[in-house]
Amino acid sequence: MTSVDVNEAGVTESAAAPLLEARELTRHFRVGRGFSRQMLHAVDEVNFTIGRQEIVALAGESGSGKSTIARLLAGVYKPTSGEIFYQGRATSTYRSRKDQLSYRGDVPMVFQDPFSSLNPAFRVKHGILRSLKLHRRDLTTKAQRFEEAERVIEAVGLSPAGDVMHRYPYELSGGQRQRIGFAQALAHKPKLILADEPVSMLDVSIRIGLLNLMAELRRSEGVSFLYITHDIASARYVADRLMIMYAGHVVETGPTESVLQNPKHPYTDLLLGAVPDPRAPLNTGIEGDTGEPPKVIDPAPGCRFRWRCPLAVDRCHSETPLLRVLGKNHEAACHVAEPDTN
Amino acid sequence: MPSLDNRPLLEVRDLTVEYDTGDRPVVAVDHVDLDVHAGEFVGVVGESGCGKSTLLFAIAQLLSSPAAITGGSVTFQGQDLVGMSEKKLSALRWRDFSVVMQSAMNALNPVKSIGAQFRDTIMAHDEPVADERPAEVLRLVGIDPIHLKSYPHQLSGGMRQRAMIAMALLFTPDLIIMDEPTSALDVVAQRSLMVQIKELQKQLGFAVIFVTHDMSLVSHFSDKLVVMYAGQVVEFGDTRAVFDHPEHPYSAGLLDAFPSIRGPKVPLTGIPGSPPNLADPPPGCRFQPRCPKAFEDCPKIEPELYQVGAVQARCLLHVKEPVRERTS
Repeated sequence: MTSVDVNEAGVTESAAAPLLEARELTRHFRVGRGFSRQMLHAVDEVNFTIGRQEIVALAGESGSGKSTIARLLAGVYKPTSGEIFYQGRATSTYRSRKDQLSYRGDVPMVFQDPFSSLNPAFRVKHGILRSLKLHRRDLTTKAQRFEEAERVIEAVGLSPAGDVMHRYPYELSGGQRQRIGFAQALAHKPKLILADEPVSMLDVSIRIGLLNLMAELRRSEGVSFLYITHDIASARYVADRLMIMYAGHVVETGPTESVLQNPKHPYTDLLLGAVPDPRAPLNTGIEGDTGEPPKVIDPAPGCRFRWRCPLAVDRCHSETPLLRVLGKNHEAACHVAEPDTN
Repeated sequence: MPSLDNRPLLEVRDLTVEYDTGDRPVVAVDHVDLDVHAGEFVGVVGESGCGKSTLLFAIAQLLSSPAAITGGSVTFQGQDLVGMSEKKLSALRWRDFSVVMQSAMNALNPVKSIGAQFRDTIMAHDEPVADERPAEVLRLVGIDPIHLKSYPHQLSGGMRQRAMIAMALLFTPDLIIMDEPTSALDVVAQRSLMVQIKELQKQLGFAVIFVTHDMSLVSHFSDKLVVMYAGQVVEFGDTRAVFDHPEHPYSAGLLDAFPSIRGPKVPLTGIPGSPPNLADPPPGCRFQPRCPKAFEDCPKIEPELYQVGAVQARCLLHVKEPVRERTS
């Protein structure tokens, strides 16, 4: 099923394995039925690693497959092919409930919409205490769990914790609710938080506080983040590494500054041009691109960006470009992109 | 249509909207003045709960209980919309001004095709409309007219929002009111929609009131900028002037809340705290509890809008001469 060599125990021999590694990760969805049955390629052969205490941003337009990757990592979807290695061990080899629980506790998810991701019928403490009961066997008494709940609420910048815990979600603002989302994730003592567009539903003035919170949690709690966003400016603000996705493929990846200062893929250029920048001179007219990412249904070979690409050549229509190293730790999947000269 | 001479297309004077909450009314829009001239693009920015959407709804006379206009006037093309009968209003709506709502997902009827919804709008008015008009407006916003037969779920988020704008253009109105039309879109779709709105505006000459919480979004598109905080206008002026020299600490804070993709990477703080509860606003200046520049007068004196150079700002740092005495 998988194209990856995995030995019997599902463990790769590497002591210094990254925290999480995805190899040839692929997820297809069936659309239509009977004779009109087709395959939608949401994520195709994606490779990446996330290190310890690292913030990796995954950026792209709606429908590019970013959220599918988060759901694959969270175990909501099973990969069509490919493999996820967590601390060196393939997640498909988890058999016991204990293994699965411990993985889910280590890799929790924070959702996009803080208005629908908290149960309105329960107080804030409900979700946090439940996670603690399920995932933290080291806390045996109720008092200990309460203490830990207070600690995580304070860690996400809400105080007084004792008071916040007893409130209902409707009593909190959007930013505060999203902080509760992070507190619930923190309750698991996570290693990696999958943050799926955690700030896109919030006011611009509040976003920066949550981005700062992510950076702070990385420092104080030692967690890594996969930060999914369509806003490259915010990715630049928090992330060490940036991955750009287009139509199910990772098209460019590298250290954030390197990707932004020296974008190799024409799609990255397009994304950068779309970011409104109030500090830029007011009358810079940037051409509007009216294209949309394609729905990748039973694709033929070729670059998936070719229809919108200003640089497309004949080769782009026949051959799918693979990620090539074009600079220091900097890769792009484009036939036309030039490597750094030095 | 009455001749307009030099009068603004839309004159909002002293508009006040209150929510009746039982014990104490919540003033969501507090004595707001706003002029929109023909063909102008006015951006209204502020955080959630600052009253910007309520202001919009009040202008379009779409408020429903418990919200109600308790004072002021909205003069559009020389007629006061406040207190106008529903019958007269429905003749004006879509024809002379239209509203594009925040979430196109919910604003379009999911069980009717786009074309059928366009026909509904046309049939609500006595004005004759050419048969090909629906196809024409769809083409204007860059959608293939084949989608007149499509249902909303068959369109992407960006296309749905464009279809809403096409609907707003059916009668080529003089004013289009937009309530965060891009907030559900990603940056690329957002950018292309903004460029399109601006193009259409140039081509057809309508005026736009554009409400958003993202100040950077309107930076390249609007002529005038209104910054709202806690139900009041705190800064007003030419967009360029406000962006170059924000005179109110709140506008400056909003501007500093964006990480930039160019230039040096600097740690940002955003604006600490959250907007006040409008049922019990802080004494004096409403921004004073969050303001980095607050001094001893701020909690005592309620600031007016003061003229500062080319802009007006509601901040005691600029006390010289009030723009207009408050009558209350």
